[in-house]
Amino acid sequence: MGSMARWTKPVEQLGDWFIGLLMSLGEFAKFTAHAVWLMVRHPWRFRLFMRQAEFVGAGSMFIVVLTGIFTGAVFTLQTVNALQRVGMESMVGTTVVLAVARELGPVLTALMVTGRVGSSMATELGTMRVTEQIDAMEVMAVDPIRYLVIPRLIACLLMVPALTLIFDAVAAMGSYAVAIGLLDIDQGSYLSRIEWYVDPADVVHGVYKAIVFGGFMALVGCYKGYHAEGGARGVGVATTQAVVIGSIGVFMLDYMLTSVLLAWGQIE
Amino acid sequence: MGANRVKPAEEPVIDMHHVDKSFKGHQVLKGIELRIMPGRTRVILGLSGSGKTVLMKHMIGLFRPDAGQIMVDGEDITAMNSAELLNIRRKFGMVFQQAALFDSMTVVENVAFPLREHTKLSEADIMAQAHEKLALVGLMDALQKFPSELSGGMRKRVGLARAVVLKPKVVLYDEPTTGLDPITTENVDHMILDAKEQLGVTSVVISHDVGSTLRIADDIAVIHEGVIVEDCLASEIRQSEHPFVQKFLKTWFEK
Ligand SMILES: Nc1ncnc2c1ncn2[C@@H]1O[C@H](COP(=O)(O)OP(=O)(O)OP(=O)(O)O)[C@@H](O)[C@H]1O
Ligand SMILES: [Mg+2]
Repeated sequence: MGSMARWTKPVEQLGDWFIGLLMSLGEFAKFTAHAVWLMVRHPWRFRLFMRQAEFVGAGSMFIVVLTGIFTGAVFTLQTVNALQRVGMESMVGTTVVLAVARELGPVLTALMVTGRVGSSMATELGTMRVTEQIDAMEVMAVDPIRYLVIPRLIACLLMVPALTLIFDAVAAMGSYAVAIGLLDIDQGSYLSRIEWYVDPADVVHGVYKAIVFGGFMALVGCYKGYHAEGGARGVGVATTQAVVIGSIGVFMLDYMLTSVLLAWGQIE
Repeated sequence: MGANRVKPAEEPVIDMHHVDKSFKGHQVLKGIELRIMPGRTRVILGLSGSGKTVLMKHMIGLFRPDAGQIMVDGEDITAMNSAELLNIRRKFGMVFQQAALFDSMTVVENVAFPLREHTKLSEADIMAQAHEKLALVGLMDALQKFPSELSGGMRKRVGLARAVVLKPKVVLYDEPTTGLDPITTENVDHMILDAKEQLGVTSVVISHDVGSTLRIADDIAVIHEGVIVEDCLASEIRQSEHPFVQKFLKTWFEK
Protein backbone atom coordinates (compact mmCIF):
# COMPACT_ATOMS: atom_id res chain seq x y z
CA MET A 1 0.00 0.00 0.00
CA GLY A 2 2.71 2.40 1.06
CA SER A 3 4.82 1.70 -1.98
CA MET A 4 1.75 2.03 -4.19
CA ALA A 5 1.08 5.48 -2.78
CA ARG A 6 4.66 6.44 -3.50
CA TRP A 7 4.10 5.65 -7.14
CA THR A 8 0.62 7.02 -7.60
CA LYS A 9 1.24 10.32 -5.84
CA PRO A 10 3.50 11.91 -8.49
CA VAL A 11 1.19 10.62 -11.20
CA GLU A 12 -1.77 12.15 -9.43
CA GLN A 13 0.08 15.43 -9.05
CA LEU A 14 1.00 15.43 -12.71
CA GLY A 15 -2.64 14.72 -13.53
CA ASP A 16 -3.81 17.60 -11.33
CA TRP A 17 -1.26 19.90 -12.89
CA PHE A 18 -2.38 18.90 -16.37
CA ILE A 19 -6.07 19.34 -15.56
CA GLY A 20 -5.24 22.71 -14.02
CA LEU A 21 -3.39 23.71 -17.17
CA LEU A 22 -6.27 22.68 -19.43
CA MET A 23 -8.75 24.53 -17.22
CA SER A 24 -6.76 27.75 -17.26
CA LEU A 25 -6.33 27.44 -21.02
CA GLY A 26 -10.10 27.06 -21.23
CA GLU A 27 -10.61 30.13 -19.04
CA PHE A 28 -8.18 32.11 -21.18
CA ALA A 29 -9.96 31.01 -24.34
CA LYS A 30 -13.28 32.13 -22.86
CA PHE A 31 -11.79 35.48 -21.86
CA THR A 32 -10.40 35.91 -25.38
CA ALA A 33 -13.67 34.97 -27.06
CA HIS A 34 -15.60 37.37 -24.82
CA ALA A 35 -13.16 40.21 -25.53
CA VAL A 36 -13.16 39.62 -29.29
CA TRP A 37 -16.97 39.43 -29.29
CA LEU A 38 -17.23 42.75 -27.45
CA MET A 39 -14.65 44.30 -29.73
CA VAL A 40 -16.53 43.54 -32.92
CA ARG A 41 -20.03 43.97 -31.52
CA HIS A 42 -19.76 47.32 -29.79
CA PRO A 43 -18.43 50.72 -30.75
CA TRP A 44 -14.94 51.41 -29.43
CA ARG A 45 -14.33 53.83 -26.61
CA PHE A 46 -12.23 56.19 -28.64
CA ARG A 47 -10.77 58.29 -25.83
CA LEU A 48 -9.77 55.26 -23.80
CA PHE A 49 -8.25 53.69 -26.92
CA MET A 50 -6.24 56.83 -27.69
CA ARG A 51 -4.79 56.90 -24.20
CA GLN A 52 -3.65 53.28 -24.51
CA ALA A 53 -2.41 53.74 -28.07
CA GLU A 54 -0.23 56.58 -26.88
CA PHE A 55 1.10 54.50 -24.01
CA VAL A 56 1.78 51.42 -26.14
CA GLY A 57 2.90 53.16 -29.35
CA ALA A 58 4.61 56.42 -28.48
CA GLY A 59 5.77 55.07 -25.14
CA SER A 60 7.57 52.11 -26.68
CA MET A 61 9.12 54.03 -29.58
CA PHE A 62 12.38 54.73 -27.81
CA ILE A 63 13.18 51.14 -26.78
CA VAL A 64 12.06 49.79 -30.15
CA VAL A 65 14.28 52.24 -32.06
CA LEU A 66 17.28 51.42 -29.90
CA THR A 67 16.84 47.64 -30.10
CA GLY A 68 16.17 47.96 -33.84
CA ILE A 69 19.36 49.90 -34.61
CA PHE A 70 21.54 47.57 -32.60
CA THR A 71 19.90 44.43 -33.93
CA GLY A 72 20.50 45.60 -37.51
CA ALA A 73 24.08 46.61 -36.68
CA VAL A 74 25.18 43.50 -34.83
CA PHE A 75 23.43 41.16 -37.23
CA THR A 76 25.30 42.84 -40.06
CA LEU A 77 28.65 42.36 -38.31
CA GLN A 78 27.96 38.66 -37.85
CA THR A 79 26.54 38.13 -41.32
CA VAL A 80 29.39 39.86 -43.10
CA ASN A 81 31.82 37.75 -41.13
CA ALA A 82 29.97 34.59 -42.11
CA LEU A 83 29.44 35.52 -45.77
CA GLN A 84 33.05 36.55 -46.24
CA ARG A 85 33.97 32.91 -45.75
CA VAL A 86 32.11 32.06 -48.98
CA GLY A 87 32.85 35.35 -50.70
CA MET A 88 29.29 36.58 -50.83
CA GLU A 89 29.38 39.61 -48.57
CA SER A 90 27.34 41.65 -51.05
CA MET A 91 24.36 39.52 -49.98
CA VAL A 92 24.51 40.96 -46.45
CA GLY A 93 21.76 43.53 -47.00
CA THR A 94 19.38 40.92 -48.35
CA THR A 95 20.07 38.50 -45.53
CA VAL A 96 19.66 41.06 -42.78
CA VAL A 97 16.61 42.75 -44.18
CA LEU A 98 14.85 39.46 -44.85
CA ALA A 99 15.58 38.09 -41.42
CA VAL A 100 14.50 41.30 -39.73
CA ALA A 101 11.32 41.72 -41.77
CA ARG A 102 10.15 38.14 -41.33
CA GLU A 103 11.50 37.18 -37.90
CA LEU A 104 13.51 39.54 -35.79
CA GLY A 105 11.34 42.61 -36.29
CA PRO A 106 8.05 41.15 -35.10
CA VAL A 107 9.55 38.85 -32.46
CA LEU A 108 11.91 41.32 -30.82
CA THR A 109 9.36 44.13 -30.95
CA ALA A 110 6.75 41.88 -29.36
CA LEU A 111 9.19 40.81 -26.66
CA MET A 112 10.16 44.39 -25.82
CA VAL A 113 6.52 45.47 -25.73
CA THR A 114 5.58 42.46 -23.59
CA GLY A 115 8.22 43.43 -21.06
CA ARG A 116 7.13 47.01 -20.92
CA VAL A 117 3.40 47.03 -21.72
CA GLY A 118 2.19 43.51 -20.90
CA SER A 119 3.70 43.78 -17.44
CA SER A 120 2.19 47.17 -16.76
CA MET A 121 -1.25 46.02 -17.92
CA ALA A 122 -1.10 43.08 -15.53
CA THR A 123 0.03 45.34 -12.68
CA GLU A 124 -2.56 48.00 -13.37
CA LEU A 125 -5.53 45.66 -13.70
CA GLY A 126 -4.25 43.46 -10.89
CA THR A 127 -4.08 46.43 -8.53
CA MET A 128 -7.56 47.47 -9.57
CA ARG A 129 -8.77 43.94 -8.91
CA VAL A 130 -7.30 43.54 -5.42
CA THR A 131 -8.36 47.03 -4.31
CA GLU A 132 -11.95 46.30 -5.48
CA GLN A 133 -11.85 48.97 -8.17
CA ILE A 134 -13.01 46.42 -10.74
CA ASP A 135 -15.85 45.39 -8.41
CA ALA A 136 -16.76 49.05 -8.00
CA MET A 137 -16.90 49.42 -11.76
CA GLU A 138 -19.20 46.40 -12.07
CA VAL A 139 -21.44 47.77 -9.34
CA MET A 140 -21.70 50.99 -11.34
CA ALA A 141 -22.97 48.85 -14.22
CA VAL A 142 -19.88 49.45 -16.35
CA ASP A 143 -18.46 46.34 -18.00
CA PRO A 144 -14.79 46.25 -16.95
CA ILE A 145 -13.87 44.14 -19.98
CA ARG A 146 -15.22 46.84 -22.24
CA TYR A 147 -13.79 49.69 -20.25
CA LEU A 148 -10.37 48.28 -19.40
CA VAL A 149 -9.51 45.35 -21.67
CA ILE A 150 -10.85 46.29 -25.11
CA PRO A 151 -8.98 49.62 -25.42
CA ARG A 152 -5.75 47.88 -24.42
CA LEU A 153 -6.35 45.02 -26.83
CA ILE A 154 -7.07 47.27 -29.77
CA ALA A 155 -4.09 49.48 -28.96
CA CYS A 156 -1.76 46.48 -29.03
CA LEU A 157 -3.33 44.99 -32.17
CA LEU A 158 -2.58 48.23 -34.00
CA MET A 159 0.55 49.51 -32.32
CA VAL A 160 2.69 46.37 -32.24
CA PRO A 161 2.62 46.06 -36.06
CA ALA A 162 3.32 49.78 -36.36
CA LEU A 163 6.28 49.46 -34.00
CA THR A 164 7.45 46.43 -35.96
CA LEU A 165 7.59 48.52 -39.13
CA ILE A 166 9.62 51.11 -37.28
CA PHE A 167 11.91 48.38 -36.01
CA ASP A 168 12.34 47.07 -39.56
CA ALA A 169 13.23 50.53 -40.85
CA VAL A 170 15.77 51.44 -38.17
CA ALA A 171 17.30 47.96 -38.29
CA ALA A 172 17.87 48.47 -42.01
CA MET A 173 19.50 51.80 -41.25
CA GLY A 174 21.71 50.25 -38.60
CA SER A 175 22.70 47.55 -41.03
CA TYR A 176 23.43 50.07 -43.77
CA ALA A 177 25.58 52.17 -41.48
CA VAL A 178 27.69 49.21 -40.37
CA ALA A 179 27.95 47.58 -43.81
CA ILE A 180 28.73 50.69 -45.85
CA GLY A 181 30.27 52.96 -43.25
CA LEU A 182 32.27 50.48 -41.24
CA LEU A 183 32.90 47.37 -43.30
CA ASP A 184 33.28 48.99 -46.74
CA ILE A 185 30.76 46.81 -48.52
CA ASP A 186 30.00 48.16 -51.98
CA GLN A 187 26.97 50.43 -51.66
CA GLY A 188 25.61 49.70 -55.11
CA SER A 189 25.54 45.95 -54.76
CA TYR A 190 24.29 46.15 -51.14
CA LEU A 191 21.23 48.12 -52.25
CA SER A 192 20.59 46.38 -55.54
CA ARG A 193 20.63 42.96 -53.92
CA ILE A 194 18.01 44.10 -51.42
CA GLU A 195 15.88 45.47 -54.20
CA TRP A 196 16.34 42.26 -56.16
CA TYR A 197 15.53 39.68 -53.53
CA VAL A 198 13.32 41.31 -50.92
CA ASP A 199 9.61 41.48 -51.63
CA PRO A 200 7.01 43.67 -49.89
CA ALA A 201 5.32 40.35 -49.04
CA ASP A 202 8.21 39.65 -46.67
CA VAL A 203 7.39 42.75 -44.70
CA VAL A 204 3.70 41.88 -44.72
CA HIS A 205 4.58 38.41 -43.43
CA GLY A 206 6.18 40.08 -40.42
CA VAL A 207 3.27 42.43 -39.93
CA TYR A 208 0.79 39.54 -39.76
CA LYS A 209 2.86 38.01 -37.02
CA ALA A 210 3.09 41.28 -35.16
CA ILE A 211 -0.70 41.65 -35.13
CA VAL A 212 -1.09 38.22 -33.55
CA PHE A 213 1.72 38.81 -31.05
CA GLY A 214 0.27 42.18 -30.06
CA GLY A 215 -3.18 40.75 -29.46
CA PHE A 216 -1.79 37.80 -27.57
CA MET A 217 0.40 39.75 -25.16
CA ALA A 218 -2.36 42.26 -24.45
CA LEU A 219 -4.81 39.47 -23.67
CA VAL A 220 -2.33 37.65 -21.43
CA GLY A 221 -1.45 40.83 -19.52
CA CYS A 222 -5.10 41.80 -19.08
CA TYR A 223 -6.21 38.26 -18.21
CA LYS A 224 -3.54 37.83 -15.55
CA GLY A 225 -4.29 41.22 -14.03
CA TYR A 226 -8.05 40.77 -14.22
CA HIS A 227 -7.83 37.49 -12.31
CA ALA A 228 -5.20 38.53 -9.78
CA GLU A 229 -5.96 37.72 -6.19
CA GLY A 230 -4.33 38.06 -2.80
CA GLY A 231 -2.96 41.57 -2.38
CA ALA A 232 0.41 42.95 -3.46
CA ARG A 233 1.96 39.52 -3.75
CA GLY A 234 -0.84 38.37 -6.06
CA VAL A 235 -0.27 41.41 -8.28
CA GLY A 236 3.43 40.56 -8.41
CA VAL A 237 2.68 37.00 -9.42
CA ALA A 238 0.27 38.19 -12.11
CA THR A 239 2.89 40.57 -13.52
CA THR A 240 5.61 37.93 -13.63
CA GLN A 241 3.30 35.42 -15.26
CA ALA A 242 2.15 37.96 -17.82
CA VAL A 243 5.73 38.54 -18.92
CA VAL A 244 6.80 34.89 -18.82
CA ILE A 245 3.72 33.49 -20.55
CA GLY A 246 3.62 36.43 -22.95
CA SER A 247 7.25 35.97 -24.02
CA ILE A 248 7.22 32.19 -24.29
CA GLY A 249 3.89 32.40 -26.09
CA VAL A 250 5.38 34.77 -28.65
CA PHE A 251 8.06 32.19 -29.51
CA MET A 252 5.55 29.35 -29.71
CA LEU A 253 3.11 31.36 -31.81
CA ASP A 254 6.01 32.43 -33.99
CA TYR A 255 6.77 28.84 -34.93
CA MET A 256 3.13 28.06 -35.70
CA LEU A 257 2.57 31.26 -37.67
CA THR A 258 5.77 30.79 -39.64
CA SER A 259 4.78 27.31 -40.76
CA VAL A 260 1.29 28.48 -41.68
CA LEU A 261 2.47 31.60 -43.49
CA LEU A 262 5.17 29.74 -45.42
CA ALA A 263 2.74 27.05 -46.53
CA TRP A 264 0.22 29.71 -47.47
CA GLY A 265 2.87 31.63 -49.41
CA GLN A 266 3.63 28.53 -51.47
CA ILE A 267 0.00 27.92 -52.34
CA GLU A 268 -0.52 31.47 -53.64
CA MET B 1 -36.42 35.33 14.65
CA GLY B 2 -39.67 37.14 13.86
CA ALA B 3 -40.76 37.61 10.28
CA ASN B 4 -40.52 41.03 8.73
CA ARG B 5 -43.53 42.93 10.00
CA VAL B 6 -44.55 45.11 7.08
CA LYS B 7 -47.56 45.50 4.86
CA PRO B 8 -47.88 42.15 3.09
CA ALA B 9 -48.91 43.81 -0.18
CA GLU B 10 -45.40 45.13 -0.72
CA GLU B 11 -42.84 43.14 -2.67
CA PRO B 12 -39.36 43.12 -1.16
CA VAL B 13 -36.65 44.88 -3.17
CA ILE B 14 -34.17 42.20 -2.19
CA ASP B 15 -35.25 38.76 -1.03
CA MET B 16 -32.57 36.30 0.05
CA HIS B 17 -33.77 32.78 0.53
CA HIS B 18 -31.65 30.10 2.17
CA VAL B 19 -28.34 31.47 0.92
CA ASP B 20 -25.18 29.47 1.64
CA LYS B 21 -21.64 30.53 0.83
CA SER B 22 -18.29 28.92 1.61
CA PHE B 23 -14.74 29.95 0.85
CA LYS B 24 -12.28 27.08 0.61
CA GLY B 25 -14.25 24.85 2.97
CA HIS B 26 -15.00 27.66 5.45
CA GLN B 27 -18.74 28.31 5.52
CA VAL B 28 -19.34 32.05 5.86
CA LEU B 29 -23.09 32.28 5.20
CA LYS B 30 -25.43 29.61 6.51
CA GLY B 31 -29.00 29.56 5.25
CA ILE B 32 -29.48 33.33 5.15
CA GLU B 33 -33.11 34.50 5.05
CA LEU B 34 -33.38 38.25 4.62
CA ARG B 35 -35.78 40.69 3.03
CA ILE B 36 -35.18 44.32 2.25
CA MET B 37 -38.45 46.22 1.91
CA PRO B 38 -38.85 49.24 -0.40
CA GLY B 39 -38.31 52.69 1.03
CA ARG B 40 -36.93 51.41 4.29
CA THR B 41 -33.50 51.50 5.86
CA ARG B 42 -32.19 48.16 6.98
CA VAL B 43 -29.14 48.08 9.24
CA ILE B 44 -27.04 44.92 9.51
CA LEU B 45 -25.15 44.49 12.74
CA GLY B 46 -22.57 41.87 13.61
CA LEU B 47 -19.06 41.21 14.78
CA SER B 48 -16.04 41.74 12.61
CA GLY B 49 -15.63 38.73 10.35
CA SER B 50 -19.21 37.54 10.80
CA GLY B 51 -19.95 37.78 7.07
CA LYS B 52 -21.64 41.17 6.67
CA THR B 53 -19.61 42.28 3.67
CA VAL B 54 -19.97 38.90 2.01
CA LEU B 55 -23.73 39.09 2.57
CA MET B 56 -23.93 42.55 1.02
CA LYS B 57 -21.87 41.56 -2.01
CA HIS B 58 -24.36 38.77 -2.67
CA MET B 59 -27.16 41.32 -2.92
CA ILE B 60 -25.53 42.94 -5.92
CA GLY B 61 -24.14 39.83 -7.59
CA LEU B 62 -20.45 40.34 -6.80
CA PHE B 63 -20.53 36.92 -5.15
CA ARG B 64 -22.67 34.02 -6.28
CA PRO B 65 -24.17 31.80 -3.59
CA ASP B 66 -23.33 28.10 -3.39
CA ALA B 67 -27.00 27.44 -2.74
CA GLY B 68 -30.18 29.46 -2.31
CA GLN B 69 -31.97 32.21 -4.15
CA ILE B 70 -31.54 35.97 -4.33
CA MET B 71 -34.41 37.91 -5.85
CA VAL B 72 -33.99 41.57 -6.79
CA ASP B 73 -37.26 43.27 -7.74
CA GLY B 74 -38.73 39.83 -8.34
CA GLU B 75 -35.91 38.59 -10.59
CA ASP B 76 -33.56 35.81 -9.56
CA ILE B 77 -30.04 37.21 -9.92
CA THR B 78 -28.24 33.97 -9.08
CA ALA B 79 -28.87 32.59 -12.56
CA MET B 80 -28.05 35.77 -14.46
CA ASN B 81 -25.16 36.22 -16.85
CA SER B 82 -22.90 39.23 -16.55
CA ALA B 83 -24.81 41.35 -19.07
CA GLU B 84 -28.10 40.83 -17.22
CA LEU B 85 -26.40 41.59 -13.93
CA LEU B 86 -25.07 44.88 -15.27
CA ASN B 87 -28.63 45.83 -16.09
CA ILE B 88 -29.89 45.03 -12.60
CA ARG B 89 -27.07 47.03 -11.08
CA ARG B 90 -28.29 50.26 -12.58
CA LYS B 91 -30.78 50.36 -9.74
CA PHE B 92 -28.00 50.18 -7.15
CA GLY B 93 -25.34 52.31 -5.61
CA MET B 94 -22.75 50.84 -3.29
CA VAL B 95 -20.28 52.28 -0.81
CA PHE B 96 -17.38 49.87 -0.36
CA GLN B 97 -15.82 49.29 3.04
CA GLN B 98 -12.43 50.38 1.66
CA ALA B 99 -13.99 53.03 -0.63
CA ALA B 100 -12.60 51.35 -3.81
CA LEU B 101 -12.01 54.68 -5.54
CA PHE B 102 -10.40 54.73 -8.98
CA ASP B 103 -6.88 55.73 -8.06
CA SER B 104 -6.02 57.01 -11.52
CA MET B 105 -8.82 59.60 -11.35
CA THR B 106 -9.21 62.74 -9.27
CA VAL B 107 -11.91 63.01 -6.62
CA VAL B 108 -14.28 64.92 -8.88
CA GLU B 109 -13.67 62.52 -11.78
CA ASN B 110 -14.49 59.59 -9.51
CA VAL B 111 -17.84 61.12 -8.68
CA ALA B 112 -18.44 62.17 -12.29
CA PHE B 113 -17.67 58.66 -13.58
CA PRO B 114 -21.19 57.14 -13.21
CA LEU B 115 -22.69 60.27 -14.78
CA ARG B 116 -20.34 60.09 -17.74
CA GLU B 117 -21.08 56.41 -18.26
CA HIS B 118 -24.83 56.44 -17.88
CA THR B 119 -26.16 59.87 -18.75
CA LYS B 120 -25.95 62.15 -21.74
CA LEU B 121 -25.59 65.26 -19.60
CA SER B 122 -23.40 68.13 -20.73
CA GLU B 123 -19.98 68.58 -19.19
CA ALA B 124 -21.26 71.54 -17.17
CA ASP B 125 -24.20 69.57 -15.76
CA ILE B 126 -21.96 66.63 -14.88
CA MET B 127 -19.60 68.92 -12.99
CA ALA B 128 -22.48 70.68 -11.27
CA GLN B 129 -23.94 67.41 -10.00
CA ALA B 130 -20.58 66.02 -8.93
CA HIS B 131 -19.85 69.25 -7.05
CA GLU B 132 -23.26 69.17 -5.39
CA LYS B 133 -22.68 65.66 -4.03
CA LEU B 134 -19.16 66.47 -2.92
CA ALA B 135 -20.37 69.60 -1.14
CA LEU B 136 -22.84 67.41 0.73
CA VAL B 137 -19.97 65.38 2.17
CA GLY B 138 -17.79 68.43 2.76
CA LEU B 139 -15.12 67.78 0.17
CA MET B 140 -15.23 70.89 -2.00
CA ASP B 141 -11.60 71.67 -1.22
CA ALA B 142 -10.35 68.25 -2.40
CA LEU B 143 -11.87 68.21 -5.89
CA GLN B 144 -8.64 67.90 -7.83
CA LYS B 145 -6.84 65.59 -5.40
CA PHE B 146 -6.10 61.97 -6.15
CA PRO B 147 -7.37 59.23 -3.80
CA SER B 148 -3.81 58.51 -2.63
CA GLU B 149 -3.64 62.07 -1.28
CA LEU B 150 -6.73 61.68 0.91
CA SER B 151 -7.26 60.44 4.44
CA GLY B 152 -9.26 57.27 5.01
CA GLY B 153 -12.36 59.18 6.09
CA MET B 154 -12.15 61.51 3.10
CA ARG B 155 -11.91 58.54 0.76
CA LYS B 156 -14.97 57.02 2.33
CA ARG B 157 -16.90 60.25 1.79
CA VAL B 158 -15.88 60.34 -1.88
CA GLY B 159 -17.20 56.77 -2.11
CA LEU B 160 -20.47 57.96 -0.60
CA ALA B 161 -20.81 60.79 -3.08
CA ARG B 162 -20.03 58.47 -5.98
CA ALA B 163 -22.58 55.87 -4.85
CA VAL B 164 -25.49 58.32 -4.74
CA VAL B 165 -24.69 60.60 -7.67
CA LEU B 166 -26.98 58.70 -10.07
CA LYS B 167 -29.81 58.77 -7.50
CA PRO B 168 -30.17 54.98 -7.36
CA LYS B 169 -33.29 53.34 -5.96
CA VAL B 170 -31.26 51.15 -3.61
CA VAL B 171 -28.03 52.09 -1.88
CA LEU B 172 -25.80 49.58 -0.10
CA TYR B 173 -23.48 51.11 2.49
CA ASP B 174 -20.66 48.95 3.86
CA GLU B 175 -19.72 50.73 7.09
CA PRO B 176 -20.25 54.27 5.80
CA THR B 177 -19.32 55.91 9.07
CA THR B 178 -16.58 53.69 10.49
CA GLY B 179 -13.53 55.86 11.00
CA LEU B 180 -15.42 59.14 10.69
CA ASP B 181 -15.61 61.76 13.43
CA PRO B 182 -18.96 62.17 15.27
CA ILE B 183 -19.96 65.31 13.37
CA THR B 184 -19.28 63.82 9.96
CA THR B 185 -21.04 60.63 11.09
CA GLU B 186 -24.13 62.66 11.87
CA ASN B 187 -23.94 64.30 8.45
CA VAL B 188 -23.81 60.91 6.78
CA ASP B 189 -26.75 59.70 8.88
CA HIS B 190 -28.68 62.74 7.67
CA MET B 191 -27.77 61.97 4.07
CA ILE B 192 -29.23 58.49 4.44
CA LEU B 193 -32.37 59.78 6.14
CA ASP B 194 -32.88 62.57 3.59
CA ALA B 195 -32.49 60.14 0.69
CA LYS B 196 -35.21 57.99 2.21
CA GLU B 197 -37.60 60.81 3.02
CA GLN B 198 -37.15 62.90 -0.12
CA LEU B 199 -36.51 60.25 -2.76
CA GLY B 200 -37.88 57.06 -1.22
CA VAL B 201 -34.50 55.40 -1.43
CA THR B 202 -34.10 51.93 0.04
CA SER B 203 -30.90 51.58 2.06
CA VAL B 204 -28.96 48.67 3.45
CA VAL B 205 -26.34 49.79 5.94
CA ILE B 206 -23.65 47.70 7.59
CA SER B 207 -22.70 49.34 10.83
CA HIS B 208 -20.78 48.85 14.05
CA ASP B 209 -22.21 52.00 15.56
CA VAL B 210 -25.32 51.26 17.62
CA GLY B 211 -26.00 54.96 18.20
CA SER B 212 -26.13 55.76 14.52
CA THR B 213 -28.08 52.54 13.90
CA LEU B 214 -30.84 53.64 16.25
CA ARG B 215 -30.99 57.01 14.47
CA ILE B 216 -31.36 55.72 10.92
CA ALA B 217 -32.74 52.17 11.02
CA ASP B 218 -36.29 51.09 10.26
CA ASP B 219 -35.38 47.41 10.39
CA ILE B 220 -32.40 45.66 11.89
CA ALA B 221 -30.80 42.31 11.18
CA VAL B 222 -28.09 40.85 13.37
CA ILE B 223 -25.73 38.33 11.83
CA HIS B 224 -23.66 36.04 14.02
CA GLU B 225 -21.34 33.34 12.71
CA GLY B 226 -23.02 33.38 9.32
CA VAL B 227 -26.59 33.12 10.63
CA ILE B 228 -29.21 35.86 10.94
CA VAL B 229 -29.97 35.64 14.66
CA GLU B 230 -32.32 38.61 14.86
CA ASP B 231 -34.56 40.25 12.27
CA CYS B 232 -36.89 42.93 13.65
CA LEU B 233 -38.07 46.53 13.64
CA ALA B 234 -35.50 48.97 14.98
CA SER B 235 -37.82 49.87 17.83
CA GLU B 236 -37.90 46.25 18.99
CA ILE B 237 -34.19 45.51 19.02
CA ARG B 238 -33.81 46.24 22.75
CA GLN B 239 -36.43 43.62 23.56
CA SER B 240 -34.51 40.94 21.69
CA GLU B 241 -34.14 37.75 23.64
CA HIS B 242 -31.22 36.35 21.70
CA PRO B 243 -28.21 36.17 24.06
CA PHE B 244 -25.74 37.40 21.43
CA VAL B 245 -27.91 40.43 20.61
CA GLN B 246 -28.29 41.24 24.29
CA LYS B 247 -24.55 41.07 24.77
CA PHE B 248 -23.93 43.15 21.64
CA LEU B 249 -26.27 45.92 22.84
CA LYS B 250 -25.20 45.74 26.47
CA THR B 251 -21.59 46.60 25.67
CA TRP B 252 -22.82 49.68 23.89
CA PHE B 253 -25.44 50.90 26.37
CA GLU B 254 -23.03 50.51 29.29
CA LYS B 255 -20.78 53.19 27.82
N1 LIG C 1 -12.92 36.81 -1.08
C1 LIG C 1 -12.83 36.03 0.01
N2 LIG C 1 -12.17 34.86 -0.05
C2 LIG C 1 -12.10 34.05 1.01
N3 LIG C 1 -12.65 34.31 2.20
C3 LIG C 1 -13.33 35.45 2.34
C4 LIG C 1 -13.45 36.37 1.25
N4 LIG C 1 -14.18 37.44 1.67
C5 LIG C 1 -14.47 37.19 2.96
N5 LIG C 1 -13.98 36.01 3.38
C6 LIG C 1 -14.15 35.41 4.70
O1 LIG C 1 -15.49 35.54 5.06
C7 LIG C 1 -15.63 35.86 6.42
C8 LIG C 1 -16.53 37.06 6.58
O2 LIG C 1 -15.93 38.19 6.00
P1 LIG C 1 -16.66 39.59 5.87
O3 LIG C 1 -15.75 40.48 5.09
O4 LIG C 1 -18.02 39.40 5.35
O5 LIG C 1 -16.72 40.08 7.38
P2 LIG C 1 -17.44 41.37 7.95
O6 LIG C 1 -18.59 40.92 8.74
O7 LIG C 1 -17.69 42.33 6.85
O8 LIG C 1 -16.31 41.93 8.94
P3 LIG C 1 -15.87 43.46 9.20
O9 LIG C 1 -16.85 44.03 10.13
O10 LIG C 1 -14.52 43.31 9.85
O11 LIG C 1 -15.80 44.13 7.89
C9 LIG C 1 -14.23 36.05 6.97
O12 LIG C 1 -13.89 34.92 7.71
C10 LIG C 1 -13.35 36.15 5.75
O13 LIG C 1 -12.13 35.51 6.00
MG1 LIG D 1 -16.91 44.07 6.20
